[in-house]
Amino acid sequence: MTLPWSAQLIHLSAALLLLLSFAMLAQRRVRSLVNLFAAQGATLVVSTVIVAWSSGQHHLYYSAAMTLVLKVFLLPAILHRLIRRLEVQWDTETLVNIPTVLLIGLLVVIFSFGLAQPISQFADTVTRSTLGIAIAVVLLAFLMMITRRKAVSQVVGFLAMENGLFFAATSATYGMPMVVELGIALDVLVGVFILGIFFFQIREQFESLDLHHLETLKED
Amino acid sequence: MTALMAGIGGPLAVVVAWLLIGLAGLLRPQSTRIVARVLFPLGAAGGVALMACAFPALSADPISVTLPLGLPDLPFHLRLDALSAFFLVLLGVASAGISIFSAGYFRDGEGTAPGLLCLQYHVFLASMALVLMANDAYGFMVAWETMALSSYFLVTTQHRIAEIRSAGFLYLLLAHVGAISILLSFGVLQGGQWQFAFDAMRQAQLSPTWASAAFFLALFGFGAKAGLVPLHVWLPEAHPAAPSPVSALMSGVMLKTALYGVLRVSFDLLHAQLWWWGAVALAAGLFTALFGVVFAAVQTDMKRLLAYSSIENIGIAFAAFGLAILFHCSGMPALAALALAAMLYHSLNHALFKSLLFLATGSVLHATHERSLGKLGGLIRRMPWVAWTALIGTFAIAGLPPLNGFVSEWLLLQSFLFTPQLPQPFANMMIPLGAAALALTAALAAYVMVKFYGVVFLGQHREPQLAEARDCSVLERVGLVWLSVGCVLLGLVPAWVLLQIDRVNVLLLGSGLELQGRSVWALVPMSSERAAYSPIVFLLGAVLVVGLTVFGVRRLYHGRVRRAPAWDCGYPLQTSRMQDTAEGFGQPIRHIFEPFFSMRRELPTPFDKAPRYRVEVLDRFWAALYLPIARAVLRVAALVGRLQHGRIGIYLLYSFVTLIALLVIVL
Repeated sequence: MTLPWSAQLIHLSAALLLLLSFAMLAQRRVRSLVNLFAAQGATLVVSTVIVAWSSGQHHLYYSAAMTLVLKVFLLPAILHRLIRRLEVQWDTETLVNIPTVLLIGLLVVIFSFGLAQPISQFADTVTRSTLGIAIAVVLLAFLMMITRRKAVSQVVGFLAMENGLFFAATSATYGMPMVVELGIALDVLVGVFILGIFFFQIREQFESLDLHHLETLKED
Repeated sequence: MTALMAGIGGPLAVVVAWLLIGLAGLLRPQSTRIVARVLFPLGAAGGVALMACAFPALSADPISVTLPLGLPDLPFHLRLDALSAFFLVLLGVASAGISIFSAGYFRDGEGTAPGLLCLQYHVFLASMALVLMANDAYGFMVAWETMALSSYFLVTTQHRIAEIRSAGFLYLLLAHVGAISILLSFGVLQGGQWQFAFDAMRQAQLSPTWASAAFFLALFGFGAKAGLVPLHVWLPEAHPAAPSPVSALMSGVMLKTALYGVLRVSFDLLHAQLWWWGAVALAAGLFTALFGVVFAAVQTDMKRLLAYSSIENIGIAFAAFGLAILFHCSGMPALAALALAAMLYHSLNHALFKSLLFLATGSVLHATHERSLGKLGGLIRRMPWVAWTALIGTFAIAGLPPLNGFVSEWLLLQSFLFTPQLPQPFANMMIPLGAAALALTAALAAYVMVKFYGVVFLGQHREPQLAEARDCSVLERVGLVWLSVGCVLLGLVPAWVLLQIDRVNVLLLGSGLELQGRSVWALVPMSSERAAYSPIVFLLGAVLVVGLTVFGVRRLYHGRVRRAPAWDCGYPLQTSRMQDTAEGFGQPIRHIFEPFFSMRRELPTPFDKAPRYRVEVLDRFWAALYLPIARAVLRVAALVGRLQHGRIGIYLLYSFVTLIALLVIVL
């Protein structure tokens, strides 16, 4: 049995998303991380447009446009600007054992597929088989947040997690209601602004954006 | 609907008015003048109105309404029956006096801004009224928690002082522990139908085990609010911390809402009682009463003394309550009605005289800035209004005829003494012991009050600055006089008051004291062959004896020639240091009841240049019960604290692991 080529394209972009997640998990440099995030957003836009075209769900075009503006242009631009202003272009994550993290990431993907199997049987969308990838993208982004110590990479992890959620919603039910999507988009935007302010505060306090300095704030 | 609203509309209008008055305080939060001269007197008028419109409801049939407020499927149900009406009258009478006193009391610069204080105060009043009218568990708990929170903010008016903050915290803690217990009690009472209106709970059939669980959860929960030992620890801390009108309101009225709750649950919502509940309540009540009065006897801070005295009075009320259950279950309706009437009467009395005394301490505090008994004295010459009204309160609380305190304690003693054979031998043994304990408590209460009044108002002033003490303002006098008149009237027409209270008996027990047709002037609880009391005759007798004595001394004794003495009976010189002190007066009690206390004493040696004597009386329950609990909580908290590393990665890992674990469980 052969799938229609639109479904194959969706599968392709899903695979790309997963690959980009792994790339982000392995990337030590902050600037490249932001670029990868923009690429992930672009892939998401492509897959959403294809889903919208093949299923005739017109509101998904709006979602795709919003994602394009927000996640491909605006947020990466803000992050790059922040990185320049904070002068952390050359920051690298030091204490991460990349091969181990990638292995854990593999386990996470297997777990996600196991998790998605019973759920995707209930979905009736053309994209249901990509649900496992969507969950994997969320969990991998989570894993990335756990393993990183620089504030900017944490924020990128947070945003990547939102990408995964968006993809999960598209693949399981052709997207969330427009109001919810608008709300989430606004949340993400405001969240990045606030975190940007926090970066400056943290740096002022500790003269570094390394989060392990925050450990001293613990109350004994 | 209009006919339905006629009865309950009045109290409801007062609640709304109080809330509006409170909100009006926020318009000019810094203006003491507007708050004190306009808003608090309006609140007092609300109290009078509440009294006037709740009183007819005592004799009316119960009225229920459903308000279009609350959550979508949980509207607030209200009900006004004789029990609610009685406590609403109590709230109205006491709050009217306290509000008008507050109008003259609150000044600038006392912690919370006056407008905010006005809001908290009136929300407190309104929530108490709603507690008394609520007819479903949801509305009851909302009002109950509002009451606890607003009173917490009132207690911590001077929140810049660390001790006051910790006293407030202790109060809030116990209030919440109690509220959880009450919530659980309602959970048991609904009996598996998940209907939380009180009407549904009245229909629920509970097995004896579950009924007992509901009763004891309610006793614990309401006991925490009322100050039943060992849940009393917040009272002696919170009352000195709070401004005096707030103490008066909490002690005089809020504790009574707890009594109301316990009555509502055990006689109204539970349709059958078990005799041993009564035995437990009786024992707990008597122990509380004795404990409270003994501790009151050794206090040296006047507000702490009154707080312990509140514990004692609550104990007396609970003892009467236990007795009522005991009699009710033993098939003695007349005696049960007598005990219940004694409890209600005592609640009303306590609301009046304890509010009066707390307000008087407030005036003393404002005039002298001194709470310690050891530094007061001789104020009757400087503050005659406060002193004379406080004297009435003191007589009343000490249980002296012809004032009101005597009537309720006498009724309770009568119900002890009338007791015939009870079916349970154990209860039979308890009754004489209980009567003895009650008599001891009453006697000690008189002792405590002699100490309180004598040390504060009589004798010579112990500190030089007391000479400048000024009497209270006009509005404060109005409040004090209002409450004193209440004490006197309740003492003079006990038969009439009992007639009103009997309607609550009929509601709760199904039968009353059958007082119809008896004289209003003499109080005859059972039959005139057994015991009768006529306050008017007593008053006339007392006036006659005092008058004759004064006349005799003036005319006959001083009429003779009497020269000034040379040695002056050994008192050629009198200083204020020769007077008996609070510590000295309480010393015999401290010796007799030594096992009750744990004491810390500082004795001076003969060689001290500046000898100092200090004694600190501590509560054994604190060390035996509360500190172990606190330590256990800290230990658990330390265990949990190990989770806190300060590393964001670890925290995220916790979330991640939890998420994975939950997903696995879902699979």
